[in-house]
Amino acid sequence: MNDILVANNVTKKFGNQIALNNVSLAIPKNSIYGLLGPNGAGKTTLIRIINQITFPDSGEVIFDGELLQPHHIASIGYLPEERGLYKSMKVGEQALYLAQLKGLSKSDAKQKLKYWFDKFEIGDWWNRKIQELSKGMAQKIQFIVTVLHEPKLLIFDEPFSGFDPINANIIKDEIIKLKEKGTSIIFSTHRMESVEELCEYIALLHNAEKILDGRLVDIKKQYKNNMFRVGLELENGENFLKLISDKFDISSSHYDVNSKQLDFTVQLPTDDTRSFLALLSSKSSINNFVETIPTANDIFIQTVQRKTDHE
Amino acid sequence: MNKLFLIIRREYLAKVRNKSFVIMTFLSPILMVGMIVLIAYLTKINDSQKRIIAVFNESNYFSTDFNTTERTSYIFFKDISLQAAKDSTLSLGFSGLLHIPKRSDLEEVAQNSYFYSKDAPSNIVLDPLEDIFEERLRQRKLIDIGVSTEEFTTINDRFEINIATFTGEQNIKGINEMKAFIGGGFGYLIMMFIIIYGGFVMRSVIEEKTSRIIEVIISSVKPFQLMLGKIIGTSLAGITQFAIWIISASLLLFGVFLVFGIDLTGLSDPSAITTNPMSSMSPMPTTTNAMQLYALEFLQIPWFMLISLFLVYFILGYLIYSSIYAAIGAAVDNETDTQQFIFPIILPLMLAIYVGFFSVFSNPNGPIAVGFSLFPLTSPIVMLMRLPGGIGEGGVPLWQVILSIVFLIVTFIGIVWLAAKIYRVGILMYGKKPTYKELYKWLKY
Repeated sequence: MNDILVANNVTKKFGNQIALNNVSLAIPKNSIYGLLGPNGAGKTTLIRIINQITFPDSGEVIFDGELLQPHHIASIGYLPEERGLYKSMKVGEQALYLAQLKGLSKSDAKQKLKYWFDKFEIGDWWNRKIQELSKGMAQKIQFIVTVLHEPKLLIFDEPFSGFDPINANIIKDEIIKLKEKGTSIIFSTHRMESVEELCEYIALLHNAEKILDGRLVDIKKQYKNNMFRVGLELENGENFLKLISDKFDISSSHYDVNSKQLDFTVQLPTDDTRSFLALLSSKSSINNFVETIPTANDIFIQTVQRKTDHE
Repeated sequence: MNKLFLIIRREYLAKVRNKSFVIMTFLSPILMVGMIVLIAYLTKINDSQKRIIAVFNESNYFSTDFNTTERTSYIFFKDISLQAAKDSTLSLGFSGLLHIPKRSDLEEVAQNSYFYSKDAPSNIVLDPLEDIFEERLRQRKLIDIGVSTEEFTTINDRFEINIATFTGEQNIKGINEMKAFIGGGFGYLIMMFIIIYGGFVMRSVIEEKTSRIIEVIISSVKPFQLMLGKIIGTSLAGITQFAIWIISASLLLFGVFLVFGIDLTGLSDPSAITTNPMSSMSPMPTTTNAMQLYALEFLQIPWFMLISLFLVYFILGYLIYSSIYAAIGAAVDNETDTQQFIFPIILPLMLAIYVGFFSVFSNPNGPIAVGFSLFPLTSPIVMLMRLPGGIGEGGVPLWQVILSIVFLIVTFIGIVWLAAKIYRVGILMYGKKPTYKELYKWLKY
């Protein structure tokens, strides 16, 4: 079993509204898995099903080889998008309470809290009330509380919202460290750009359906379409552009006469670039030649469009 | 189970440590006592004004009847005209003028007597005057049929009937009113507790929603556990408060008994004392005896039964209502949205109190009283008002008590199940205030 979590044909309806339609996916162990999709796609519903907050109408969820059961709650850490803490409760007391609810003993929880409080250098917050802390400070406490019980699976729903860039980086580093220690992580967001550097795998949800999933590099490979960004230095750029325009699909071209710089994007018929490069190098000096790999956002938009075209 | 305990403990501590809780616990009895003292004092001031009534008696009767009392003094006019008497009464600011004209016959005198005053006089003013007339007329009529004045005074003794239950216990008058008030007190306590602590539960749910901690919590525990823990924790805080009040009230009462010298040892053999209170007492003024009787009767109320049943009704009633409150808290986003949902809850509570005070007091075993003491939404209050009369003979039939508790338990299970469903869906819903129709839909999620 190399998957920490497998969902098989999960369907969930709220009244007449379908929140998840026959969604299946597998989340490999020790990876960061991006759960992507616009607001209302069904991400939160799926996450709530994993956390056993709601239950699917049909389909099953398998956690670490077993059918999902109440005791698995202790092996899952969840940072919801809508998150908060008791405002009038003291930081330490509250962290202890939440840790104990996750099944830690009091002494265990204390010891682990001390480790994290020292790590974030916030030991002196222990006796302060949440309402005395800034939003960013409270978010740190929230993060600690989420990961404290060392769950096998961590679920972060929009983890960086509410953090300033510095703290967002600290949290990002911690997430990466947790993954290196062997934790599997689900990372849910509608901001595709934050996915690229973190996620190894992704799944795209749209209108309650999974429309795409897999390893991010594979998906990108699949979605790349032999587009290249080319930069050349040559005299008479316009003439050359005309010459190759007859044979190739050229777009967004620009020639700067002063610097003799010609830039354009080309769509090649195959991924074999040799003949094209030979043609280029015979006429000019090449100063850049880059394959334009689609971003997660591009992939998402493409897929959704393709999907809607089909319907 | 362990998690439930954790939740209860948190809710309890959160409530008990709250400053307003501490203040309310210690301040409200003082406020209550202060209020009673203030009302008593104000009433006394209101009544303490002495009335002066002018009497212009031209007849041959009533010469010795108008005696100055604590509240009223009489001033007599003589040998002046009626108009002059009226004028001087007005100018001297007396409460009124009683004119008794000169006639040959008493009845005629009485018929033609008038009481003049600036405003229409109250009964407090008129009653003593009317009593004097009635007394004289009755005496006169009795003399007519051959009863002498001496005989008249002997037959005019006041009489109060002795009352007892069929089991032979002697009762004293007014004890039923006292019992009803004690029951009413318990019922009222339950209503107040439900409204206050139900409100606390509701606000606590709303707080978890607005602080957005709810999803964090319910990813660790079941929503039902959280709801139950919250209700139990909050009510334990309430019980703590009540325990403090009851203990301090008992101490106070004990102190009062001690100060007034009421023999508490009589408790050990209450029947002996109530059947013949005089025998065990050293000679004491009769007022103390009456007081002693009341005190003993007060202590004779089946307190153990009453308090245990109070706890049963209290716990069940409170659980029913507070789970509704919890569901309301879960359904809305802020307190201002709660009004339309709260009204239907307060309604049966108010109804119970009013039915209790009006029908149960006059007839604790009447059909209305019985009906409302079986209906689960009103029974905790109405039944408690009936209970001080005891269970069984002369009191509430045992089957009614059992039936009402069974109804309560069934309702409790049903309501908690419904409330938990609404709660489970509601805590994760943000945005607009739901309608009743939407609440109904949530039941099916």
